[in-house]
Amino acid sequence: MASLRDIKNRITSTKKTSQITRAMQMVSASKLNRAEMNAKAFVPYMAKIQDVVASIAAGSNDASHPMMTTRPVKKTAYLVITSDRGLVGGYNSNILRTVSNKIRERHTSNDEFVILSIGRKGRDFFAKQGMTILESAIALPDHPSFADIKEITRKAVGMFSEGAYDEVYMYYNHFVSAIQQEVTETKVLPLTDIKPTGATSSYEFDPSAEAILEVLLPQYAESLIFGAVLDGKASEHAASMTAMKSATDNASELIDGLTLSYNRARQAAITQEITEIVGGAAALE
Amino acid sequence: MKTITVNIVTPDGPVYDSEVSMVIAVTASGEMGVLPGHIPTVAPLGIGAVRLKKENSTELVAVSGGFLEIRPEKVTILAQSAERATDIDIARAQESAKRAEALLQAKKDEVDFKRAELALKRAMNRINVYEGNV
Repeated sequence: MASLRDIKNRITSTKKTSQITRAMQMVSASKLNRAEMNAKAFVPYMAKIQDVVASIAAGSNDASHPMMTTRPVKKTAYLVITSDRGLVGGYNSNILRTVSNKIRERHTSNDEFVILSIGRKGRDFFAKQGMTILESAIALPDHPSFADIKEITRKAVGMFSEGAYDEVYMYYNHFVSAIQQEVTETKVLPLTDIKPTGATSSYEFDPSAEAILEVLLPQYAESLIFGAVLDGKASEHAASMTAMKSATDNASELIDGLTLSYNRARQAAITQEITEIVGGAAALE
Repeated sequence: MKTITVNIVTPDGPVYDSEVSMVIAVTASGEMGVLPGHIPTVAPLGIGAVRLKKENSTELVAVSGGFLEIRPEKVTILAQSAERATDIDIARAQESAKRAEALLQAKKDEVDFKRAELALKRAMNRINVYEGNV
């Protein structure tokens, strides 16, 4: 049996760990709150932009744009949104597994696709597998503003227009609830499935529908990505909160077990001491 | 007096929401004034100040990148960034104006040049709106 002092040490260190995980859990909980608020603030913008895009697409059939037309696919881009650090449970591994499986299903060689990565974990993972990482953004703040991710979204959309790749799929964890996140695949480009939202009004276009699409579509695609980043961040904080909660629970279970064996060992030591004293006294008689 | 609702939204949330009597914005094809009852229109916005006229005051909002959606009773401005005069970080704007000017002086390749030009334009726009001389 381990000595009293050893058990005591383990109890203390486990207690310290659980203090840290509990603090991290609370930090994540408050960050989750903020992230949810950010995601909510983004909704009106997205809804509006979708509205206008849909009404232009529905209103004038001849207003076409390279970003809306499907072309033969020679190269596919995968935009993967992960976190920068671990301690978030299955958050990253779920996404990375899904993406790897999809890639294995669809492609036979590494030349057929490129990776765009938001988040350090994704970048490191795909780099290790020898895949081409065209662009990556790491060390995003916990509550990214549009300016923070503008760089990568602009590049992602720009390279599609230049023909570096012919379609873009995006993977991120969709925030369902604090304990459930879902890996989601979205086709960002080309924009083929823009549906009219019902209440569309016909507009005058100044100067022309094409000129508007020129401005609007990149902005729309960038907004899609930004929305996914916000959603992903909310999921990240939720996953981190859940992971830290279970770590705290495990720690307190461990402490309970250790305390029990500590008390047993203490009792055994006392009993032994008494036996020795009694034995010593008997020997003197 | 007839009024029109103005909404300015950015990806980071709504910036402005109020009733005004006239909206003046810089669109791709020039300055455009919008009064209540305007025909439904969509127009891309340049980098510039949006002037929101109320009964006896004018508010300024610096916007960059985006477009203007007009309906008879409502104007929505969707911009990648938008700041009211009171929310502008003037020190930061001056800083980035200086940086952009330095880049323009350096005259590197064309892409950098274009980017610096745009950055300077945005910074100057913010400074102008902050100082109220538009």
